[in-house]
Amino acid sequence: MANKDVIICRCEDITREMILECIEQGYQTIDDIKRVTRAGMGPCQGRTCRLLIAGELSRAFGVPMEEVLMPTFRPPTKPISMGALADAYEESKKGGGAE
Amino acid sequence: MKKSYEVVVIGGGIVGTATAFELAKRGVKDILLIEKRFLTSGATGRCGAGIRQQWGSELNATIALESTHLFEHMEEYTGYPRSIELHQGGYLLVAYTDKEMIQFRKNLEVQHKLGIDAYELTPKEMKEKVPYLNMDGVTGGTFCQADGHANPFQTTQAYAYGAKKMGVEIETFCEAVGFRTEGGKIAGVETTKGYVEAKLVVNCANGWAPELAKMVGEDIPVYPERHQALVTEPVAPLIDCMVMSFSHNYYCQQTPHGSFVMGIGPKEAPSHNFNTSWQVLEATCGIMCETLPVLRNLRVVRSWAGQYDMSPDANPVIDEAAEAANFWTVCGFSGHGFMVAPRVAIMVANRLTGQEDSLDIRKFSKKRFETGELLIEPSVV
Repeated sequence: MANKDVIICRCEDITREMILECIEQGYQTIDDIKRVTRAGMGPCQGRTCRLLIAGELSRAFGVPMEEVLMPTFRPPTKPISMGALADAYEESKKGGGAE
Repeated sequence: MKKSYEVVVIGGGIVGTATAFELAKRGVKDILLIEKRFLTSGATGRCGAGIRQQWGSELNATIALESTHLFEHMEEYTGYPRSIELHQGGYLLVAYTDKEMIQFRKNLEVQHKLGIDAYELTPKEMKEKVPYLNMDGVTGGTFCQADGHANPFQTTQAYAYGAKKMGVEIETFCEAVGFRTEGGKIAGVETTKGYVEAKLVVNCANGWAPELAKMVGEDIPVYPERHQALVTEPVAPLIDCMVMSFSHNYYCQQTPHGSFVMGIGPKEAPSHNFNTSWQVLEATCGIMCETLPVLRNLRVVRSWAGQYDMSPDANPVIDEAAEAANFWTVCGFSGHGFMVAPRVAIMVANRLTGQEDSLDIRKFSKKRFETGELLIEPSVV
């Protein structure tokens, strides 16, 4: 991982250099870096980049990978169209659901 | 972190960082800001990011107008090297009843008195402005071009950056868990990283602020209420302005990044619940796809939850604790803290450094709930 131009977050085009800059500027968590750079905010929701960023934080701060704080993972797991969710809402309004 | 500070500010959201910044700007030395997680991890980082001057009370409209002026120059004001991504594409407020439209016209009178450039639109003019808007039931609306939105993460980081440059220390993952008082005055803060002495404490912990105030015997009638939002994948620009309704209780905006951020506002029992619910996700999509059918084709990539710190009149409570002098609480923003924080922080810092202010901070005292001098705001979510 010597190349600073390597893309860490493919959804948002965030390079390793941009992540290293954040760490130099004092950002210490994946959550901070996500909010400042958008790394992990794209369609895959950080599935690739969060572990790569965790690796950079682990190296920079000398802590084991398992101690790097993970961000919260929330639904939806994969992007879903608003239309599909809206249709489900209309269905649930008609009744017949479990509620 | 040292053992003693002049001031400890609690809360790393927009209110805490802006207050620390404004205090430092007024020459206060030796300030520590503590945050239980990371900056913007609470309500600020979960908010809808809107900036609106179209308020119905003169006080709120004034604070919002003066805050907007600060947002317009935030990078210069704080020296922040990144952009706070302010976009003044306007706010379109949608009325669905004649009664709502009558209230909007009253609001316009207040806004015009203050020089806020908002105006009424007919349904036809609204359709021209937002061609994707479903006009069913729409009776009219108002629009203000200088309204818009900014990135809450970057704005908070901007204040934190400026504060740090003036010597403010920021300690993250450091939670306030208790207080010591001496002779009716605040003496220090117990934190998860040890005890720190403080001559002045400013409690800006939003939904947690009442619990902290309670530790020094102060009852603040504010409670946290969960609200949820979602964001879609980015697309080419479709809608330039925020679209919002009080009666249908929704807001929706396209960010400069291209994604749409939106939320609806069901009332809930008080809680610190940060989980999202599938029901609200579906309901948000249902209501928003009916309002702006073009959204049907967009995909939701993420949803999240945060808290409004609700006060009885939906306006902030800014007060000193009766039994602990120099312990101030600044909370109760009730869902619009981000857009007013820049000006409120100035008012708080002016009060705490003994400087004059054109706004009367005493109006925000919790005494108003006893005297009945409530800060009535007709146009709030």
